[in-house]
Amino acid sequence: MSPAPSVTASAAPVRAAPDPARRQAIGRGLFWAATALLLAAVLVQGLYSAGLTEVGFANWRPVLYAYVIWSVAVCASQVLRRGQQGQRALFVLPALLFTLAVVVFPTVFGLFIAFSDWNLSSFTGRQFNGVDNFVAMLNDPYYWNAMGNMVIYVLAVLVQYAIAFGLALLLNAEIRARKFFRVAFLLPFMLSPVAVSWMIGKSLMEYRFGPLSQFARLLGWDSPAFFATPWIARASIIALDSWVSIPFIMILLLAGLQAMPKDIMEAAKIDGATGWQSFWKITFPLMLPVSVTAIVLRIIFQLKLADIVINTTAGGPGGATDTVTSFIYREYRDRSNVGYGTMLAEFYFVLIVIFLTVLLALINRWMKRFPTT
Amino acid sequence: MATSLPNQNISARKRPSRQAWGRVIVYALLLFWTFVSLFPVYWTVTTSFKVAADVTQGHLIPWVDFTPQWRGWRSLGLSPETIGQTSTVRDEFLKRFQNSVVISVGASLLAVALGSLAAYGLSRFQYRFGKLGNRDLAFFFLSQLILPPVVLAMPFLVLYRELALLDTRIGIILLYTLTVLPIVIWIMRDQFQSIPIELEEAAFIDGASIWGAFFRIILPIALPGMVAAFILSLVLCWNEYFFAALLTSTNANTLPVMLASQTGSQGVNWWSMAALATAAILPLAIVGILLERYLIKGLTAGAVK
Repeated sequence: MSPAPSVTASAAPVRAAPDPARRQAIGRGLFWAATALLLAAVLVQGLYSAGLTEVGFANWRPVLYAYVIWSVAVCASQVLRRGQQGQRALFVLPALLFTLAVVVFPTVFGLFIAFSDWNLSSFTGRQFNGVDNFVAMLNDPYYWNAMGNMVIYVLAVLVQYAIAFGLALLLNAEIRARKFFRVAFLLPFMLSPVAVSWMIGKSLMEYRFGPLSQFARLLGWDSPAFFATPWIARASIIALDSWVSIPFIMILLLAGLQAMPKDIMEAAKIDGATGWQSFWKITFPLMLPVSVTAIVLRIIFQLKLADIVINTTAGGPGGATDTVTSFIYREYRDRSNVGYGTMLAEFYFVLIVIFLTVLLALINRWMKRFPTT
Repeated sequence: MATSLPNQNISARKRPSRQAWGRVIVYALLLFWTFVSLFPVYWTVTTSFKVAADVTQGHLIPWVDFTPQWRGWRSLGLSPETIGQTSTVRDEFLKRFQNSVVISVGASLLAVALGSLAAYGLSRFQYRFGKLGNRDLAFFFLSQLILPPVVLAMPFLVLYRELALLDTRIGIILLYTLTVLPIVIWIMRDQFQSIPIELEEAAFIDGASIWGAFFRIILPIALPGMVAAFILSLVLCWNEYFFAALLTSTNANTLPVMLASQTGSQGVNWWSMAALATAAILPLAIVGILLERYLIKGLTAGAVK
């Protein structure tokens, strides 16, 4: 227990209302009244939309309002019933109730959708179809192709990391105008991926007039088509993505470099270590924790990669640059089948959770074995 | 000295030239990457002032190999001649711009408010919700970062249709708040943990309540962290495309959606695309450059111990 509550506990009786039993009763009454309101709203609207009753609202919005009222009542009753303890709970409750409403409910609801054939543009509505979506998913070559691409995109993070480390070392060197360079290097991170798709993907890399294509011709590449063959297209997408996301890794690593104790580097210099030696023996091992944080965060973001692909290649040529997200996006846009799309997404989510759990476990074991950390 | 330590002498004589070369390489690399980072932006901004011939002939430097014209900006209705006239494109653009501002500022404010409170609670008090303790709660919040947007996208499509929140600003604000909330909690927890607990203890002795101490003592100290979280959220929300593309159609769509819809159509000219892209990235780029300090603070929170 932290020391703060023990101090406040002594002040509590002074501030508490004279009649704790009444506060208890009010708090409990408030909670149950709000719960009843919420349940009534759900019940009325549920029956109405199922066609069983005549009385109801035009949409489910009133139920949302009822949830908001319920949340406020929960917070208020906590304070009334538990005093100081309730005031402490009040800090974390709003975020908790918000996240529960916006994440947990839709994700569970998503599971319900995933096992149904539901085309939003058709009139038949939702039809439960068991594991049909799952079987279709297993036999969907484009989905697994997108999954394979994700492996490549995730591996590309290591390349981005290497470049970012180099840039961080440059920025950490004794240079003039460090702030200018730092801002310039950080700028791509602030730009919208959609804008970047046009700026680089559709105009700099444009086949006829794009400066990059013309530069490539100058170097002897006769037909610089950046998005025509699978591997070149993948490399181009990775280049675009790297341009946006290298600054993120770089800033993390730069912070790590600046936090490193200076005297160790000086001691190494006095001992006659070359720059190369002191990097591999001192800088790199000391930077391992920051590096792991940066790489794991980047992988998490990389698994969501979609904007650039959707707007530059739309997955082409032949699905070579598809990410899982962009594939599901097109799957929905073309066929508007939310059931199948949700199944793909939920399965991807499960894979991500397994992958990240294994990855973190491996990293933990590996970091423990490492002698310097 | 020189005779007693021959090795050091040699290295001392060699060092200046090697160091000079090292410096040249360092600056060459720095300038090269500055070019890589800035050229696409430079290209976009200059292209918005070009005419067709300048684009096809690959002209790059204004006033040297092409004369800047207001072509791109005229098509947006934002050039000096057209600014006074009515323009449907400009109205459209301003509407999207307004949406972007309202949604990203709204979502960032909401996320900073909810996230700061939760982060403060998690860094100061011991919670028990059934079997769940502080560690589980923190993990629950931070793990939302892993959730890929596609998982939520389609349930939200269906839910928002039922809730009549499809294509509304408030619907997008709620969703964006959710996507940046884990980041805000991450930054603010780091921020609150660095504030000594003695400050509150002193306030409690003076008779302050828990919330009084939080608002009067802790919040002013944590303000830089909140600004950092806000700026980072702003950048992420302003640039978000996926949810906006799926959940908005005519009323609430943001600048990235407008930009993407223009990119798709073939007839659109480079200069007007360039003008639109410039207008979409410039406000945030300026905010980011001016408040770069906070952006870096936000990005590096909790990464270095």
